[in-house]
Amino acid sequence: MIEIENIHKAYNGTPILNGISGKFEQGKTNLILGASGTGKSVLLKCIVGLTQPDEGRVLYDNREFTTANKTVKTEIRREIGMLFQGGALFDSKNVEQNVMFPLDILTKMPLDEKLDRVNFCLKRVGLEDTNKKMPSEISGGMKKRVGIARAIVNSSRYLFCDEPNSGLDPQTSILIDNLIKEITEEYDITTIVVTHDMNSVMEIGDNILFLYKGNKLWEGNNQNIVDSDVEELNDFVFANKMMRGLKENS
Amino acid sequence: MFLGSLFINRESFSTYFKLTIEECSLIGVNSIILVAIVSSFMGAVTTLQTAYNLINPLIPDYVISLVVRDMTILELAPTIIAIIFAGKVGSSMAGGLGTMRITEQIDALEVMGINSSSYLVLPKVIASILMYPLLVILAGILSIMGGYLVGSLAGIISPTDYIYGIRFDFNEFTVMFALIKSFVFAFLVSTISSYKGFYTSGGALEVGIASTQAVTTSVIAILFADYFLAQLLL
Repeated sequence: MIEIENIHKAYNGTPILNGISGKFEQGKTNLILGASGTGKSVLLKCIVGLTQPDEGRVLYDNREFTTANKTVKTEIRREIGMLFQGGALFDSKNVEQNVMFPLDILTKMPLDEKLDRVNFCLKRVGLEDTNKKMPSEISGGMKKRVGIARAIVNSSRYLFCDEPNSGLDPQTSILIDNLIKEITEEYDITTIVVTHDMNSVMEIGDNILFLYKGNKLWEGNNQNIVDSDVEELNDFVFANKMMRGLKENS
Repeated sequence: MFLGSLFINRESFSTYFKLTIEECSLIGVNSIILVAIVSSFMGAVTTLQTAYNLINPLIPDYVISLVVRDMTILELAPTIIAIIFAGKVGSSMAGGLGTMRITEQIDALEVMGINSSSYLVLPKVIASILMYPLLVILAGILSIMGGYLVGSLAGIISPTDYIYGIRFDFNEFTVMFALIKSFVFAFLVSTISSYKGFYTSGGALEVGIASTQAVTTSVIAILFADYFLAQLLL
């Protein structure tokens, strides 16, 4: 489980996050939801330590992360897998080398074991025959799947996904969403997904934290999000005509 | 602070060894052709221009090759090749690291608990310091050979006089001085270019700007270092 307490962050005096707190449970797909520019990605960067919050703390299974020393931070980070918006695959390495990278650096596994593990992860994300392809030779959706394989190859306990559906068609988006949910449940890991995609919310939102202008306005799940009486959340959820029609009919 | 970060929280020795060998190939081996062409022409032109200026019949012919030798070893091989090195290798380093930064590849390394500056930059700095002096030695040899070929073929100086001039009153310290300069220049180019690339923010435009700044700053640093080393050591 990951807990965040009173996270504040400002850039050049402009507040981006105003005291965000919340719990992200293990074995569930936790979503950070909000419109563009509400501070979702900044919050995610504070959680994984790419940005230092001005105030507040982050706990990984009761282990203090924000103020921890470098050794402890490195230990925790080595249990983290992250899927970046563009995949962030290393351009100079092929798919197999990209997925094997965390094993090369963080473990002393023999090569044949590493290859087995890489092939297992690639098969798990449905990319059996792409080992030798370069990132420039595969599609956006495939890059995301390679990113997921790389994130789980080292048996990570925490999985972070920054807008996993950006730039993907609706079908591939659903495929990626379901893959994230299945992996979360199968390996019983703590997953946090930053998104503004309502399809993702309805598909995989076990626990949703809604951000608006740097504040947490609502917390719930995909079952009760449509019944919320928070005006800003309703404006966001029912932004399109079809969803608004559904709400009015119900 | 940037240089300090290269030496903390590092990965295993074998990781750095492998990366350094790869960088040696990229930085050194891939620069050989360019360095060979530039240095051969540099020696040839220096021979022609020295001969053009030495019109006094009292000055013996071997002075031409003596001038070529000293100019090549003291200045042309280490400094001019350093400027070429900054243009080719420095811009490539800054561009590569800048692209990694804007496509979140550096963030991906950080999230995995890897010291990204040490992992990406230290092998480049070590490889530059190892390979650049070798390029300077190659440039020196080819430059002197270029002068020999042009001098002989154009009938400016006989091969015997050329060899005599090359060996006349040779001070070994000039070679040491050239090597000291090459270590310093390699360190400056690799660290400045890596710094500019590593701290790029924005998009493709900023990567281009970082590459340009890397070359400009490296060249200025080379020229200042060149002056101070000459003042200090000669």
